[in-house]
Amino acid sequence: MTAIPLLDVRDLTVEFATRRGIVRAVQHVNIQVAKGETIGIVGESGSGKSVTSYAVLRILDRAGKIAEGSITFSGIDVAAASESEMQDLRGSEISMIFQNPRAALNPIRKIGQQIEDVLLTHLKADARDVTEKAVEALDQVRIARPRERYHAYPFELSGGMCQRVVIALALACRPQLMIADEPTTGLDVTTQKTVMDLITELTRERGMSTILITHDLGLASAYCDRVIVMEKGRVIETAPSRAIFTAPSHPYTRKLMRATPRPGITLRDLLPEEPGGPRLVVGKEAPRSGEPLLTVTKLIKEYPRKGVGKTLATMFRRGPAPETETFRAVDGVSFAVNRGESVGLVGESGCGKSTTSSMVMRLIDHTDGVIMFDGQDIGEIPAEKFAKLPIRKRIQMVFQDPTDSLNPRFTAARAIADPIMRLGDVKGRDALRARCEDLAKQVGLPVELLDRFPHQLSGGQKARVGIARAIALKPDLIILDEPTAALDVSVQAVVLNLLQDLKEQLGMSYLFVSHDLNVVRLLCDRVIVMRGGKIVEEGPTERVLFAPEADYTKELLSAIPHRDFDVPAKGSELRLAAST
Amino acid sequence: MLTLIFKRMLMAIPSLIGVVIVTFLLTRALPGDPAAYFAGPAATKEAVEQIRVKLGLDQPLIVQFGRYVTDLAKGDLGSSLTTGQPVAKEIRARLPASAELTLLGLIVSMAVAIPLGILAATKPGSMIDHACRVITTAGVSLPVFFTGLILVYLFYYQLGWAPAPLGRLDIFTSPPKSITGLYLIDSLLAGNLEVFWASLKQLILPALTLAIFSLAPIARMTRAAMLAVLASDFVRTARASGLSEFTVIVTYAFRNAMLPVITTLGMVFSFLLGANVLVEKVFAWPGIGSFAVEALIASDFAPVQGFVLTMAIMYVALNLLIDVLYGLIDPRVRVEA
Repeated sequence: MTAIPLLDVRDLTVEFATRRGIVRAVQHVNIQVAKGETIGIVGESGSGKSVTSYAVLRILDRAGKIAEGSITFSGIDVAAASESEMQDLRGSEISMIFQNPRAALNPIRKIGQQIEDVLLTHLKADARDVTEKAVEALDQVRIARPRERYHAYPFELSGGMCQRVVIALALACRPQLMIADEPTTGLDVTTQKTVMDLITELTRERGMSTILITHDLGLASAYCDRVIVMEKGRVIETAPSRAIFTAPSHPYTRKLMRATPRPGITLRDLLPEEPGGPRLVVGKEAPRSGEPLLTVTKLIKEYPRKGVGKTLATMFRRGPAPETETFRAVDGVSFAVNRGESVGLVGESGCGKSTTSSMVMRLIDHTDGVIMFDGQDIGEIPAEKFAKLPIRKRIQMVFQDPTDSLNPRFTAARAIADPIMRLGDVKGRDALRARCEDLAKQVGLPVELLDRFPHQLSGGQKARVGIARAIALKPDLIILDEPTAALDVSVQAVVLNLLQDLKEQLGMSYLFVSHDLNVVRLLCDRVIVMRGGKIVEEGPTERVLFAPEADYTKELLSAIPHRDFDVPAKGSELRLAAST
Repeated sequence: MLTLIFKRMLMAIPSLIGVVIVTFLLTRALPGDPAAYFAGPAATKEAVEQIRVKLGLDQPLIVQFGRYVTDLAKGDLGSSLTTGQPVAKEIRARLPASAELTLLGLIVSMAVAIPLGILAATKPGSMIDHACRVITTAGVSLPVFFTGLILVYLFYYQLGWAPAPLGRLDIFTSPPKSITGLYLIDSLLAGNLEVFWASLKQLILPALTLAIFSLAPIARMTRAAMLAVLASDFVRTARASGLSEFTVIVTYAFRNAMLPVITTLGMVFSFLLGANVLVEKVFAWPGIGSFAVEALIASDFAPVQGFVLTMAIMYVALNLLIDVLYGLIDPRVRVEA
């Protein structure tokens, strides 16, 4: 390691003043970043990884303050610097890129102008050449036709494109250090790969140092020299990324690593290694009858394209309405889900997987095609009538965001009871309560939490409420729409195992919608890969993921960041011990 | 942009037709017999009947409505029964008086409320935030006639700084040649500074009264919108890029916060224009609000109908203006149109 690090964080403690007193979000953290080095800060939500980076730039909220310790950046004492000194530093010496790139850009200002603002502030350009330099910055992040794009607004660009603009903004003044806070969360895997490769290439080229903040161990291992693992505001392990994956020393790191879905493991491997931990009884595997429960044939969904003046045209023109251009979100999709089977529906954003699941759930009407459920043509029933029919209780759904999919004014018990009260046969207060408690036990939700509101529950607990609600009516088919996308890996591991156990106990079928191929591999028997509204490949999970036939599937698989690492030997011994 | 304007104007047509029908029916449903009122208390039954025939009130409603619409198409709003003047002429004379007063009041209010709201949002919980809350609450709690009277008492009676609250100009000054109807602008166009000052002096107190009253919604909305925008991701990006505090607050935050503020401004303006009868009464202002109220009390159809129709058109025009402003500020609105 070089003698004087570019960034030296010593004994940093950050406090937040909250209504319940002072909360220490970061405690005694030490981080050194050498010139040209890329380090990863890995941790789950609430680990203090973002707060640490905000402290480095001194952009903490009003309530937060650096309570102890020092931050030195190339000889400047950041904690003691004046606000105007900090303004000079931000953007020109240290810059930052954020999660959710579209929100990180001013929605009503041209992207070129936003880059100009930074250039002008740091005197890297003057009025004469500023436009030229902004266009150049866009060109460097490989934005095609930069001169044209200069005039674009963020809403006119895709998520990946917006992240390139954010990177251009961050690199415009050629800083020495770039902090990337979850730069690819929410982007598709292939976009993630291009964005990460771009960041790596540009920062290497300029000899910059990078701090990559992420919850994704795979991503950190693939792109960083060194990895710092944080938990509850403390650094618990720092090691070269090779070492941390071959020989993680801290139990938390091991737990995180185990919980990360990766090739070559089974669902049970995700769970913590401690024997006798909270583990659900694995029931007998339900016999797979193989008879199809859901059959979808040539399903099509068209949306009218938004056109200017269309309403006017229809108002004034006599005769038949002009041919409107339509957009096919789902274009002739056929597949089947058998009884007791899990089918994965995989693809990138905009591929039509969510639209397909909404049509199967009968939340929206399809344009053409047949949806057969257990011998009945449910596609014939209009979406608004379907919700009241008895057959509705046989198909249930678990949604992506466990927080947004719960009514904030319903307690957990009320949320779980909701479908029973609408379509179930349990009558009477006490019987209903008893059923809710049974369900809570089934999904591993402590019964005493049933009277809490969603904001009083953790992410994993909310996910359990959502699952309990879905199984309350003993459905035959559950549609899982990215049920773990918003959860930390360790929580995801538990929830995925829970889903598998429930499936085996209750003999349900799953239609699992996801963008995460590793997760799909663990849970699904068969997988369907979609792109542009069409199915590109379908087959048994192992076959599709290990010997993909379609080029697109290969592209998807190769875009997943991973460094080949094995589960530590010690862990596997324990696992054996636990299972015998 | 032009499509948007055109579309919004088309959308206004049904509501205007609705306004015409509803005002016609409502005025006919008002209690009191205009013919009897017009004829006076001493009139005989025959005289009242004669007037009724003359006014066309003996005809069935549908015929009356037909006549009303035909007149309307010709730009004839009818004549006031009490003054005998054509309503259109009255409104033409009185609307600018109200508009001038309301506009000036709103400008004064904006000049105080928007900076106050921004300052309060940048330092929530500070002295200036509390001051903002106290001032706006006080302003909206005091009835306008009370604030108006206090101002008159203080600045006219006690200090003698303001002229007597007797209309748009003192009796010694003659109004400028009417171009826009707004004395301030007309006098400037005519290059007559003397009249400008005279009318400004008359305007200040009533405008201030309105401004104090309308501070609250504008300041509160500015504060709330600014707070939401300041907490957003792109403001954090702007800060992390080292942009100066001024650029962050004005160029990044305020331009985004302007959208809800403009909506509020439109609502406050249209509300004030019709509802500042009390201010007009206190300052003997020949405005449109007092005109309508007097007509309403006298069961005088034509001015009430004319007033409601004028307000509806103003409201539609104002909404159009707001939509256009929205489009200018927010590129996303342009696309949706």
